[in-house]
Amino acid sequence: MPRDAKQLSPPTMDTLKEGVWKENPVFIALLGLCPALAVSNTALNALAMGLASTVVLLGSTTLISVLRHLIPKQVRIASYIIIIATFVTIVDYTIHALSLELYNALGAFIQLIVVNCMILGRAEAYASKNRVITTIINSIGMGAGFTLALFLVGAIREILGFGTFFGIPLFGPDFQPWAVFILPPGGFIVLSLWLVLFAAIRRRKEQRKEVAHVA
Amino acid sequence: MSTDATIAPASAMPSSGRLIATLAVIAMLSGFFVVLVYQATLERIILNHREYLENAVFEVLPGASHRVNYLLTDEGLERLADEDVGDANVFAGYDEDDQLIGFAMQASARGYADVVRVLYGYDPGRECIIGFIVLQSSETPGLGDKIETDPDFLANFDCLDVSLNEEGTALKHDIVTVPPGTKTEDWQIDGITGATVTATAVARALRESANEMIPRLLRHLEQLTDPSPETTGKEVS
Repeated sequence: MPRDAKQLSPPTMDTLKEGVWKENPVFIALLGLCPALAVSNTALNALAMGLASTVVLLGSTTLISVLRHLIPKQVRIASYIIIIATFVTIVDYTIHALSLELYNALGAFIQLIVVNCMILGRAEAYASKNRVITTIINSIGMGAGFTLALFLVGAIREILGFGTFFGIPLFGPDFQPWAVFILPPGGFIVLSLWLVLFAAIRRRKEQRKEVAHVA
Repeated sequence: MSTDATIAPASAMPSSGRLIATLAVIAMLSGFFVVLVYQATLERIILNHREYLENAVFEVLPGASHRVNYLLTDEGLERLADEDVGDANVFAGYDEDDQLIGFAMQASARGYADVVRVLYGYDPGRECIIGFIVLQSSETPGLGDKIETDPDFLANFDCLDVSLNEEGTALKHDIVTVPPGTKTEDWQIDGITGATVTATAVARALRESANEMIPRLLRHLEQLTDPSPETTGKEVS
C-alpha cells in the first residue's frame, strides 16, 4: 500500500506504548478479563496465554487492516469474527503440536480467545480505520500490555499459591501454599489489587500534572 | 469479489451479491488456512500424544524399556501395531532382556469436578498395583490434585494388593479407601484430608478396572510374557 507508506507519521512510538500502559487492555480498559482470571494461575500459563492472544490479535488486525477497504461495513463484524476464528484455530493447532502439556494446561481457553473482546475491539475500533503499519504497531503494544497484565497476575498467584516461580520453589519445604490464590477467587483478589495499584499511580500522575499546570 | 469490478461508494448500500461474495471469499480462505495448518500439525500432534502415553507407561512400570499394545476384551487378546496406541487398553512393558515387567492400564471414575482418568501399573508377579499417574483431572487445585503430589497417598501404591480370588474371576479383596492414617491391609488406600472425593474416585476407578481387566489378563498371561510378535498374534480363546 504505497499511499500508506507515504505518511509514516511520528505517532508510532506512542502507538506502541499506548497498549502497554495508557490503554492497557486489562488494567485500564478492563477487556479480556475472562482469560486474565482463568488461566493466570501460574506465570508460565499466563505468559503462554498472553502470547497466544498477541499472535491472534496481531494476525487478525493486520489482515483486517489490509482488507479494510474491501469489506463492506454491513458484513464487517461477521468477517472479523471469521478472520479472528481462523487465527485462533491456527494458534490452537500450533500449541497442540508444540507442547501437549501446555495445551492441556490452557484447555478450552485457547479456543475462547475468539471471544476475547480486546481482539474484536481492536479490529473494530482500530484496524478497520488505520493504516497497516500503525495497526501492526498498535497491536504489538496491546498484545504486550495484555501479556504483561496476565503475567503480573499469574506471577503473584503462582508465588503465593504454589510457592514457586516458573516452577522453581522459592520458600523451601516448610512453605504452606495459599491455595486460595490458585482458585478462581485468587484471580479476582490479585487482579483487583493490581487495579488499585494502577489506579493509584494514574491518579498521582494526574495530580502532579495538575499541580504543575497551576504552578 | 471478482464478480464486482466496480466498488460502490461507501455510503451506498452494496448489493447483497457483493456482501455474500465477500463473506464467501473470507470463509473459503479461512477454511483453506485451517485445513493447511491442520495437515501441517497433525503428525506432530499424534506423535505428542503417543509420546505422552509412552512416557506415562514407562513411569508406572519402572524398569520397562519398551512396550507392546494390546486390545483385551471378553473375546480375547489382540496384539496391536505400535502406532495403534489409541485403540489399546493394555500396554505390556518389557525390560531390555524382553522380560515382562508388568501391564499399564487406564481406569477412570467420576471425581469431584469431572472424570479422573489414571494410568496404573500392574505387576502380575507380586499381584499388586505398583503406581499410577493421572492422565486427566480437573480436580480442585491445592486439594483434589494432591492425589498426584501427596507422598503419603502415593505410598499406598508401593504395592497395592490386587490378588484374585481362588476362581480367578475377581479381586479377593476390593480396593477401598479408608480415613487417612488408618490403613491396615494391603488392599486399602489411605485417603487424603481435603481430597476425600478424589481419593475415593481413584480407588473406585482402580477397583472397577482391576476387577474387570486383571482376571482377563491373567488368562492370557503366558502369551503376554513373550513380547515377540509370532507368539502373540491375533488369537481368540
